[in-house]
Amino acid sequence: MLQVWKSFYARSDPAKAYSLLSPALILVTLAMLIPLGLMLSFSFFTQTSFTEIDYSFTITRYIDFFQSNLLVSLLIKSVKISFIVTFVTLLTAYPVCYYIAFYVKKNKMLWLVLLTLPFWTSYLLRVFSWKIILGTKGVINSSLINAGLLSEPLTFLMYSETAVIITLTHAWAAFALLPLYVSLDKIDFSLIEAARDLGLSRLETFWKITLPLSLPGIIGAILIIFIPTVGDYVTPALLGGTDGRMLSNMIQAYFGKVNNLPLGAASATIMLITVAIVTMIVSYTTKKLTQRIS
Amino acid sequence: MEQKNNTLLIYTLLYFAFLYIPVLFLPIFSFNDANYMSFPLSGFTTEHYEEMWEKTNLHKALWASIKVGIVASVVSTTIALFAAKAFARYKFRGQNISYGAIMIPFLIPEIILAVAILVIWLSLGFKLGLVPVTLGHILFCTPFAMLILIARIEGFDFSLEEASRDLGENAWGTFYRVSLPLYLPGIIASLLLSFIISFDEFVLAFFLTGSDATLPMYMWAQMRFIQKLPHVLALGAVIIVFTTFIVLLAFWLRNLGQGKDKAEFGIKIHE
Repeated sequence: MLQVWKSFYARSDPAKAYSLLSPALILVTLAMLIPLGLMLSFSFFTQTSFTEIDYSFTITRYIDFFQSNLLVSLLIKSVKISFIVTFVTLLTAYPVCYYIAFYVKKNKMLWLVLLTLPFWTSYLLRVFSWKIILGTKGVINSSLINAGLLSEPLTFLMYSETAVIITLTHAWAAFALLPLYVSLDKIDFSLIEAARDLGLSRLETFWKITLPLSLPGIIGAILIIFIPTVGDYVTPALLGGTDGRMLSNMIQAYFGKVNNLPLGAASATIMLITVAIVTMIVSYTTKKLTQRIS
Repeated sequence: MEQKNNTLLIYTLLYFAFLYIPVLFLPIFSFNDANYMSFPLSGFTTEHYEEMWEKTNLHKALWASIKVGIVASVVSTTIALFAAKAFARYKFRGQNISYGAIMIPFLIPEIILAVAILVIWLSLGFKLGLVPVTLGHILFCTPFAMLILIARIEGFDFSLEEASRDLGENAWGTFYRVSLPLYLPGIIASLLLSFIISFDEFVLAFFLTGSDATLPMYMWAQMRFIQKLPHVLALGAVIIVFTTFIVLLAFWLRNLGQGKDKAEFGIKIHE
């Protein structure tokens, strides 16, 4: 029997592949899929007192969520902030990647390492440094007051949606830079030269050749920024104040001081579904777009 | 290749400034002799650094982060090494689904992972602490480690392993004498980067530590008190220098012995 199994194993690539994959798949199942399943079932329970939960099935938590103006507006605001952050990050990072892909001749690696280096320093510290910059007594305000340009500090800089957007744009830059650069660097430059030789202007070449060819990188960047920022907790908690609060801050409260685990679980589930819907829309639109181009 | 474009060059340099300047304020103000972080700087002092020696809670948190980081990086790199080998070496059914499943922890909002682990941990009646944090970090670091290792293993000449087997070496001997030395730069890079990810990770720790604070948790708690901020700045500055050093080391190692064209930046976008 063992002999049979051994000879089967020696010839079967899938068997070998799956035995190599098994630790990772077991990890994902035990530490993520089952916990996510349990989280989903908690969203159908009811918190009856501070410590007790009624485990009978109900969809009331979802009704609670959509009847609460606060929760719905926080969900909308989270998605809105994420969209703005994604858009601004893409727009600002694209020219940088374009420059490195097409103009830098030597030591491209060094440029890329330098671009991604700040991303490796603690997220908490990066967010915190924006607090130093934007605060009422922070770098911007104290410099402007010292220079005599202001008499009162600018209050909209801190504890606002703007603060959250600026900080997130900075924090997630590396995630846009990598996929954008990879897709731009893959473009065969002779295509661009050919387009120019055939009389297209620089702008036309960009619209008709470069931009469509870099689409995979753009999509990658959109997803990789949008998905995590919807659920960002640190930035709104440190810099958002009441104006810049996002859904994650409420989820944290439900699992913390408010102590309503089922409603927290329902909010997390709704966040996950929102993320999934956006992912599907973006992937679908890309597919259509690429079909039209090719 | 394009010729020169000074507008784009200037823009790119400004973008670099945008990326770097915010982070530099931490070290600058850590030497400032004042409680408020505002200009003009009032005077030079190293007292915020000396303060760190006296904080026993800080030492405890540092030790907690080091323990979690070592376990998380070793376990996730090991798991990721096997997985990376499977993806680099074999074509099989369910490849894309397996790849997607392993990548999910890196893609979904971290707060959802944290909440899911919190719910199961409490339901099982376990106590919160460094164990669930480590579990969360292993889950979170594995996709990163796998991306780094796939980039290293892809293009590896697997006939070397077959030759070793044909010459009578067993599976372990082959791994130890042939594969490991070739993968080693990638493995060390993955260990270092996973350690840094775990060391800096906040959200999972925030939900799962209970009373055993990790270093980011410690900093979070101190950030609320204005008079305690200066030593957080000093600590932050030390962490930034330390992280930068480790990451540069990892980048250098990862590119060791690889052709220039293969030397992308670790995170290889898989298609």
